[in-house]
Amino acid sequence: MTMARGAMARRVLSRLGGMIVVLALLVTVVFVIVRVTPGDPAAVMLGPDATQADIDQLRAQLGLDQPMLVQYFLYLGQLLHGDLGQSIFLNQPVLSALADRAEPTFFLTIFSILIATIIGVPVGIIAAYKRGTLFDQAVVVAAMLSASIPSFWLGLLLIQWFSVQMGWFPTSGYGGPYAGFFDRIQHLVLPAVSLGIVNSALIVRFTRASMLDVLQEDYVRTARSKGMSEFRAVMRHAFKNALIPIVTVIGLTLALLISGAVVTETVFGLPGVGSLVVSAVLRRDYPVIQGALLVVAAIYVLINFLIDMLYVVIDPRVRY
Amino acid sequence: MAAVAASSAGAPASLRAFLQRPAVAIGLVLLIIVVALAVFAPFVTPFSPTKLSIASRLKPPSAEHWFGTDDFGRDIFARTLYAGRLSLTVGASVVLVSGVIGLVLGVAAGYFRRLDPAISRLLDAMMAFPDILLAISLVAALGASVVNVIAALGITYAPRLARIVRASTLVTRELTFIEAAHALGVGTFAILTRHILRSLVSPILVQGTFVFAYAMLAEAGLSFLGVGVSPDVPTWGTMISLGREFMNTAPWLMLFPGIAIVLTVLSLQLVGDGLRDLLDPRLSQNV
Repeated sequence: MTMARGAMARRVLSRLGGMIVVLALLVTVVFVIVRVTPGDPAAVMLGPDATQADIDQLRAQLGLDQPMLVQYFLYLGQLLHGDLGQSIFLNQPVLSALADRAEPTFFLTIFSILIATIIGVPVGIIAAYKRGTLFDQAVVVAAMLSASIPSFWLGLLLIQWFSVQMGWFPTSGYGGPYAGFFDRIQHLVLPAVSLGIVNSALIVRFTRASMLDVLQEDYVRTARSKGMSEFRAVMRHAFKNALIPIVTVIGLTLALLISGAVVTETVFGLPGVGSLVVSAVLRRDYPVIQGALLVVAAIYVLINFLIDMLYVVIDPRVRY
Repeated sequence: MAAVAASSAGAPASLRAFLQRPAVAIGLVLLIIVVALAVFAPFVTPFSPTKLSIASRLKPPSAEHWFGTDDFGRDIFARTLYAGRLSLTVGASVVLVSGVIGLVLGVAAGYFRRLDPAISRLLDAMMAFPDILLAISLVAALGASVVNVIAALGITYAPRLARIVRASTLVTRELTFIEAAHALGVGTFAILTRHILRSLVSPILVQGTFVFAYAMLAEAGLSFLGVGVSPDVPTWGTMISLGREFMNTAPWLMLFPGIAIVLTVLSLQLVGDGLRDLLDPRLSQNV
């Protein structure tokens, strides 16, 4: 037992080490992306009307006048102090700009993954159980179709139907600065539905596939032959063993959702991280782009790590 | 590799099986129709995609203008067809760019063991960026243009291909005939180009089809956000973006380019699924 625990600790530590390496690489990639800008980023950011003195001042402020390697270590040092730099246009630290915009993005992501899971898992289980039937085939086609719909386009259609024509939901925004919690949630229904539907496809397909695998296993047959009810045989024996791939794909979907949220927030006028990034791109506010890219990717790496750790809880056979 | 050999030996039979699956056949027919409509646009519609006609602004779909007209009186059907040319070109170019980068990185990681840890970690890091967000940042850095959108999306999707290539290379390099080739004194370069590359055709073809589909969606997203291709250039994404303004009064402006995206991406996914089952039966057929 102590041996197993030691092995597990080693495994967790090695995953932790791997995560740190990946995070360090993320930082490097982000650093490089902003530096591949042809020409002078400071001049690009300030636009054609800027004077040379302004440009020089911004270069100095951003540290762009230093040698590349010095810039890199300055950047690392800043990050270790939790400093993501200063937004040029918002006149605000990038970290606080991100924090201000975090709430809509957080709730949008959570609601969307809930919707995607609530649709995806049961539909996938039933499709696998009814393998080869008309229902199963319809599910497979519907999943593929929903994965082919651009989420922003679906969002526009939903606004048209449910907000403009039916008047059920607000057409855009987040209810203003003094909106109550319920009001804000109401603004998130349509964006979350459009993202949830589009992203349920992967969950449906993986749930179906991993259920198909385990439904053929001996222990499910044994459970049935013991006279266990179908529902219990499917849920207790099959579903429990199909959980690992399903949890993995839900985690993967969470990452895809963050990408979808960038576009969906813009469609619905939600003041989230995604719309912050889009406006930063249009204004060439590089520190904001850099910071957002880094934070989002780091969250993704963290989610992956947590999912890995979750395996141990779900499946006692996985011993790290 | 055994699977690849088997599938090429029994090509006619498995090709028949491939085409006999209704979903695959539908996907293939759909894809051919979409590509043909875009390529032969001038023969399909008499209308020009750019000709302004203020007299016929914002006309709903009719026998003359099948998809209606936009706010400048331009024929939406013609614009959808011509925009398809660019959207499809961007998608295909992204596959090409990410294919080349993915091939180089994947083979390097899979064949040269010492390079593997560094490249694999880099791929992990690249895959941690959400695709649209990474592409947006790259376009922001490189400047907005069609070529830079292709480059940005190519870099964004390269890790997906690199991973597949790495995995296949790892399998192939352990096979006996590679060992035999080594023993016979065949050089590394010759082994790579003659044997390894051949084994990579199927996995790249399968994954490339899916990357094509993702790239089409991503390009539409970037154009919609106004951070990709210039709004004056008609792609399906920019058409939706421009049509958004008239959503309440003239929904056909955004409806038809959207349907074009859905059908194209759907057909690519159907074909990709079929190709995967045909070329790589070891992969789960259930997914």
